[in-house]
Amino acid sequence: MAKIGAPELTGRIEIPKLAEGASADQKSYIAKPDNMAALSFPRERLPNWKEKAIEKFGELLKKYRSLQLSMDICVKCGACTDKCHYFIGTKDPKNMPVARQELMRKVYRKYFTTEGKLFGGLARAADLDDNLLDEWFTYFYQCSECRRCSYYCPYGIDTAEITMAAREIMDSIGYGQKYTLEIIGKAETIGNNLGMLGPALRNTLDFVEEEIKDNTGVDIKLPTDVEGADVLLVTPSADFFATPHVESLIGYAKVFHQAGISWTFSSYASEAGNFGMFIGNYDHMKTINKRIWDAARELKVKRVIAGECGHAWRAMYSFSNTLNGPFDYLDKKYPSPVHICEFTLDLVKKGAIKLDKSANDGFTVTFHDSCNVARASRMGDKIGGQFIIPRELIKAACNKYVEMSRGTTHAETFCCGGGGGLLTDELIDLRVKGAMPRMQALKAVIDSNGVNFFALICAICKAQFTKIFPYYGLEMEMVGGVHQLVSRAIILGAKEGV
Amino acid sequence: MLTVIAYAVAVIFVWGILSRFIIWLSSPNPLKIPTTPAPKTFSGVVARIAGEVVLFQSLFKADKKLWLGGWIFHVSFLLIVLRHSRYFLYPVPEWVMVFQTIGIYAGFTLILALAFLFIRRLTIDRVNYVSSFMDYAVLLLLMLIGITGLTMKFIGRPNLIDIKAYILGLFSLSPEAMPDSTVFILHLLLFLLLLLYFPFSKLLHAGGVFISTTRTQTDTPVEKRHITPWAK
Repeated sequence: MAKIGAPELTGRIEIPKLAEGASADQKSYIAKPDNMAALSFPRERLPNWKEKAIEKFGELLKKYRSLQLSMDICVKCGACTDKCHYFIGTKDPKNMPVARQELMRKVYRKYFTTEGKLFGGLARAADLDDNLLDEWFTYFYQCSECRRCSYYCPYGIDTAEITMAAREIMDSIGYGQKYTLEIIGKAETIGNNLGMLGPALRNTLDFVEEEIKDNTGVDIKLPTDVEGADVLLVTPSADFFATPHVESLIGYAKVFHQAGISWTFSSYASEAGNFGMFIGNYDHMKTINKRIWDAARELKVKRVIAGECGHAWRAMYSFSNTLNGPFDYLDKKYPSPVHICEFTLDLVKKGAIKLDKSANDGFTVTFHDSCNVARASRMGDKIGGQFIIPRELIKAACNKYVEMSRGTTHAETFCCGGGGGLLTDELIDLRVKGAMPRMQALKAVIDSNGVNFFALICAICKAQFTKIFPYYGLEMEMVGGVHQLVSRAIILGAKEGV
Repeated sequence: MLTVIAYAVAVIFVWGILSRFIIWLSSPNPLKIPTTPAPKTFSGVVARIAGEVVLFQSLFKADKKLWLGGWIFHVSFLLIVLRHSRYFLYPVPEWVMVFQTIGIYAGFTLILALAFLFIRRLTIDRVNYVSSFMDYAVLLLLMLIGITGLTMKFIGRPNLIDIKAYILGLFSLSPEAMPDSTVFILHLLLFLLLLLYFPFSKLLHAGGVFISTTRTQTDTPVEKRHITPWAK
């Protein structure tokens, strides 16, 4: 690995001067032929790839209005140019959202517009040649599909939609990214992104049960495949063993235990994440999502609850009903998945569980809004509930809570730098630099308020930050889940008045 | 000759816009992708789009200077169009008179705003990087339209009666003699060029903003199953 340089932490986010090609060497690995074939993509790059790519492009324009509109209506005003964390971190101009889009739009102009045919280079129309395809592969895998640019665009152009389309086109000509496609392969055959088989999952959960028993003295179960349980909990598979993810897993288990609600995991649908979304492939997204609904039907649960995961929540909240709904076999009161934060906060408000805030008095907490939760979904009934609910839950679990600076939270939140299928080792330099804006905002509240707990609700955010904190000289132990705070604060044992 | 060009451009303009809207609307939105927080109701969406179209609210959040320049340009353009309606309408309605003086000021603010946008595009490295020749050309074209317009007002005033007769003739499909004014002919030609370019370029943003998927969808994926024919 070449240079892995963490930018200096000053607590300020500064917009850099352009450095052409600064992150051109940050390239994903290409998917293996067998992996491609297993997902019904060509094994390797087709001999007539260019024709096929243009054909696919034309097909997607007819299938996605968002793509067709984005190609036509960008005026290149520049509003988005300083909004992408990868641009701010790498200084590479091709990471400016509009420049990333232009990689695709110049091909669109050449093949699909009168302007491009008449004016050619003057209108920046270009052929999709080997070089440009190479840039597509580089820079469409330097976008985490976080939608921060779409929030600021005066026409709502969403680079995530363009990135997804580009990845779909590249997959269709046999030019896929190893990381996302391997994971999709595992999710579709084994049931989770880690490729953990049923018995291994059970072993891991047994181990977690023992750990809880050792630490609390209470028998708290993490059941699998229990038919007739009230709740099917679907959580990112990293929760089963990764640190600090597992601390939140323990939190979920304690909540169910203390509230006296029967629940289960499914070894068939042991993954909340849906990487089909990252590659913009409708069919794979649907296939992965369907496992959850099949498991829910088979286990005859009343409702489905989603664990702490950002893009999984988008897939479950925003897309699930379209992909595989309606869920008329669930309890009519709970027709769709509920986020674990909403579920737990509701129990706290009803008094079904009690939290002792003082258990977290050693922490000053701040909260990082995950991009897919913030800008691509909602929690609860209220507009903006995705901001309110996790904060209320955190504040119910601790005494000291601090917000990071305006413009870096809520709908304006910065991506962790590892989302959208980029959480892979070969992109570590990109990930370190892409995290920079978030790290600066965090640094400011560490310095001014002594923040020492960085609360998250996304498995990718958790994995990304624990990995890159040391590059910035910060302790990875600061990183934790919201249900980790709940886990520490929840009062176990007999309920008052029961 | 000018008359023939004018009609040809009008036909191309209308056909171009219509066919573009047909292309847009025949491409579906298979998934719910509003940029959240998003409204849950249709009236909420109308308010959101109104905020984008009238106040440029997303742009305001993104870049205050650009917002000011862009907003002044668009409002000036609107005021100028309203002022011009006295050349197309006979008899001239009362309300058009309201815009006569302010429309002149708008001519100046239009040119100033365009100059700002041009300089900004040229000097901010990030924006310059993504700008093509056409991005600059269209700003210049708009500026030239403004300059020829103001020239007619302040320097060589052509015969307004002739111009109005000519325009009304165009609109009623019974063309009159072309006015004897080079500046006017230039002004009209430049404007026709703008109309000709419009349906084939980024100027389409003026229509596209009204149907932008991320801004027009309600945040109701659970309440109502969203389903399109190809994505069943």
